[in-house]
Amino acid sequence: MNFTPMNFVSNLYYMGLGMLGIFVVMGIIILVTMLLDRLTSKKGGSKDNE
Amino acid sequence: MEILYENLLNITWQMVVMWIIGGVLIYLAIAKDMEPTLLLPIGFGAILVNLPMSGALEPLETLFNAGIANELFPLILFIGIGAMCDFSPILSNPKLMLFGAAAQFGIFFTLCTASMFFDINDAASIAIIGAADGPTSIVVAQKLGSKYLGAIMVAAYSYMSLVPIIQPPVIKLLTTKKERMIRMPYVEHEVSKLTKIMFPIVITVIAGIIAPDSAALVGFLMFGNLIRECGVLNSLSSTAQNTLANLVTIFLGITIALRMQAAEFLSPNTLLIIGLGLVAFIVDTAGGVIFAKIMNLFLKEGHKINPMIGAAGISAFPMSGRVVHKMALKEDPSNFILMQAMGVNASGQIASVIAGGLILSFFLH
Repeated sequence: MNFTPMNFVSNLYYMGLGMLGIFVVMGIIILVTMLLDRLTSKKGGSKDNE
Repeated sequence: MEILYENLLNITWQMVVMWIIGGVLIYLAIAKDMEPTLLLPIGFGAILVNLPMSGALEPLETLFNAGIANELFPLILFIGIGAMCDFSPILSNPKLMLFGAAAQFGIFFTLCTASMFFDINDAASIAIIGAADGPTSIVVAQKLGSKYLGAIMVAAYSYMSLVPIIQPPVIKLLTTKKERMIRMPYVEHEVSKLTKIMFPIVITVIAGIIAPDSAALVGFLMFGNLIRECGVLNSLSSTAQNTLANLVTIFLGITIALRMQAAEFLSPNTLLIIGLGLVAFIVDTAGGVIFAKIMNLFLKEGHKINPMIGAAGISAFPMSGRVVHKMALKEDPSNFILMQAMGVNASGQIASVIAGGLILSFFLH
């Protein structure tokens, strides 16, 4: 095991890419889910339930 | 006569340490009810594989090659987990899925941190402990050929059961009492059966196209969920949730223990991996909470989010959602955020699998 602190900096690229990837995929899933719900839901299906 | 005691001479202190570790895991499973379905078989297996000249190694090696080396056991287990998951809370409020994404920050932060000590494939395998998802950890570590599968599994399952201990102090540190008391009115929204059926199919297609290496993980999870939601396979759904998941779990734990032989498990690296796993869990929790706090900067009064729900974006379902709900009740006994927390928790299940797929896309090829 070698301690190489610079690897943290050089792998920040994967941190950025990974978080971007997660948000892009989840964002698309959110949009598609909302679209699905809009296309398939019946009117008046919501009620406030605090 | 000599044949009865000659094997005693083969016992080493390292084996004894592993028996103690196995005993501690069994104790935690039984006395503390910490992930008993996995910690008990892993604990027993740790004793079994560390007996001198253990005759159990060969059959366990066969099981390992048949079910872990080819990722079969975790993937089959995912069918059961998918059948157990109710995604209704996120289908009625899809925006909650953003918190599931934010809470994966711990994985990528730990990837950078672990890369200071380990080669990149081992660092990526260690980072995925932060997914709080045992099967994903196994698949990623195995596909990336990590030498530390045993330590990664013990860390992943131990921390999953320690969610009620790890998360509350981190949440409290990052939030004020006023923030923890924020109320979030829950608007019950009926989700159509068609949406519930289409959801697993659509998720599989999207994840499979964007992160092809996540196709197996997401696909098996969503296949289980489709069996649950289709309404015509109730018997299969029940089998997947109970019999199938239990059968695989029995073999999974004891087979994983093959990688807990003293020679490879007892090293400073194991302690480091367990420490890095804790970092992953803490930063995951912090990532979700801080993301909610940032969102609150842009939301009007009355529409603000209780930042504690961000912490539920990890995959430990439903434990993390319950922990957050209990914390909210402790601050204000009339503040119910269970549905929102469970929604975020369910989205964490999906996001962690996608994170695993992304990690594989980065480092497998």
